[in-house]
Amino acid sequence: MTADIVAWLAQDGITNGAIYALLALALLLVFAVTRVIFVPQGEFIAYAALSLALMESGRVPGTVYILLGGGALAAAMEIARAVREHALSRLPRILALYVLLPVVIAAIVWWAVPRKLDQWLQILLVLAMVVPLGPIMYRIAYQPLASASVLVLFIVSMAVHYVLMGLSLVFFGGEGLRSRPFSDAHFKVGMLDVSAQSLWVVFASMVLIGALWLLFERSIYGKALRATAVNRIGARLVGIPANLMGQLSFLLASFIGAVSGILISPITTIYYDTGFIIGLKGFIGAILGGMASYPLAAAGALAVGLLESFSSFWASAYKESIVFTLIIPVLAWLSLRSRHVEEEDE
Amino acid sequence: MSASLEVRELSVAYGKVEALHRASLRVSDGSIVTVIGPNGAGKTTLLGALMGLLRYSGRADYAGVDLGDVPVEARVARGLCLVPERRELFGELTVEDNLRLGAFQRYRRADPTIGADIAGVYERFPRLRERRGQLAGTLSGGERQMLALGRALMAKPRLLLLDEPSLGLAPRFVREILHIIADLRKTGVSILLVEQNARAALQIADYGYVIEAGEIVLEGEARQLAENPRVIESYLGGGSGA
Repeated sequence: MTADIVAWLAQDGITNGAIYALLALALLLVFAVTRVIFVPQGEFIAYAALSLALMESGRVPGTVYILLGGGALAAAMEIARAVREHALSRLPRILALYVLLPVVIAAIVWWAVPRKLDQWLQILLVLAMVVPLGPIMYRIAYQPLASASVLVLFIVSMAVHYVLMGLSLVFFGGEGLRSRPFSDAHFKVGMLDVSAQSLWVVFASMVLIGALWLLFERSIYGKALRATAVNRIGARLVGIPANLMGQLSFLLASFIGAVSGILISPITTIYYDTGFIIGLKGFIGAILGGMASYPLAAAGALAVGLLESFSSFWASAYKESIVFTLIIPVLAWLSLRSRHVEEEDE
Repeated sequence: MSASLEVRELSVAYGKVEALHRASLRVSDGSIVTVIGPNGAGKTTLLGALMGLLRYSGRADYAGVDLGDVPVEARVARGLCLVPERRELFGELTVEDNLRLGAFQRYRRADPTIGADIAGVYERFPRLRERRGQLAGTLSGGERQMLALGRALMAKPRLLLLDEPSLGLAPRFVREILHIIADLRKTGVSILLVEQNARAALQIADYGYVIEAGEIVLEGEARQLAENPRVIESYLGGGSGA
């Protein structure tokens, strides 16, 4: 094994690791705030990647129907609650958020697709279609069960995952798609040939991680998310609405998922079910970090990327097994070291 | 708007066990009312129900409006605020962030006076100013109680529910905290104070209730309660209190 192979594998591992790191952070955030193990994270990757590829080939992606349908369902649930609580003054806001907004986004997509807009505008439209699915999903599947146990929420997550994957197959079909790279440029670094897309991935991940850090450290909403994660009862007592925090964490997670999908779709062929396995590797990264610390989760995810890359060189048939085996010693160590953690403990 | 509280026949059950049985009490505007009683009598349960953390039967009117099944955050918005026995601080956030989050709903309304109120809390509790950048989890018991109280004040409450504010504090801190509580009344806040330290509570309260095994067994002016033989025997004897 020569130095340039090592460099090449490292570059590949870092590119993937950066994506896993983003996903690990999103998983950790959602888990800390809502106690949901966010299995459907991967679907946002696939939805965004496939939507972008379809728009580039001049077709209207089925995402618009999922958005309209999901919005209508969430609106129906909200309206039912408003009627039950005699709070009809909420109706205009509900309709604007869950019906009007999706319709406007869908209309713009229908208008834009045949016009073959600039790639950046298409990316913005994909984000506009995919990101609202996060809060909508929280409203429909998780909010009614917000006080359920971690296990129940996990089972719900599996169900949501299968429903979304099924919808993905219905609307995107079984064929794999790739979107155009942001730029075709390549750079020579020594013997190494680095594609501009890889640099984009690493750069965008770093910017996004920095933005998340700013959100948590500087904004009152970021601090409210942390407060909810640290002490749920305390957060309720100062009047932080649990539902708002749930929707906010899902919004961030769907945004991160969608950005990840857009970043990797020029590098990897994405199928309707590819997102799951990518999301799972982010999850492994979060577990390597002990499901508690954001920097450790990011480091763990980077390690997953590198391990995957190097094991694909030595034992490509086993590369997934090697990555997933990694959690066994970590889990053993965690369970030996930690006492049982009370859910509501300070 | 008045901040009076009118509780009628409030009952709370955990499964089949009734922790509070038909409790009725009143906190009139701007007064300090204390509920004293032994451990496990249902004092914390009463406050939990009033804050919306526990389901209850019966009725609780606040400022003339039935609280019904109004969720916790809406009660906070109406000016109700609980400082719980366990304090429930955000241990991994700084003292100042804890205070800021106390005003979370005011941030959402873009209230411009939050900064001045943080300065006001620091004035009331100079110790918190010294520790402003420190994580809340590293504070001592007395400082944690100050922070819990300060965080509650940041919500601009009109009725404060205080659960055992003197618990676990050194006598010096007990006096300090109770002095601050008595002082709060001057700012127009009504206070419902739950205490095991009956002597201290009756000193600053206007009116008092005695609760035993989930039922209110005695009530009266705080001064009269302090002279009641039954109260003296059960709660003021034995040299307990500050």
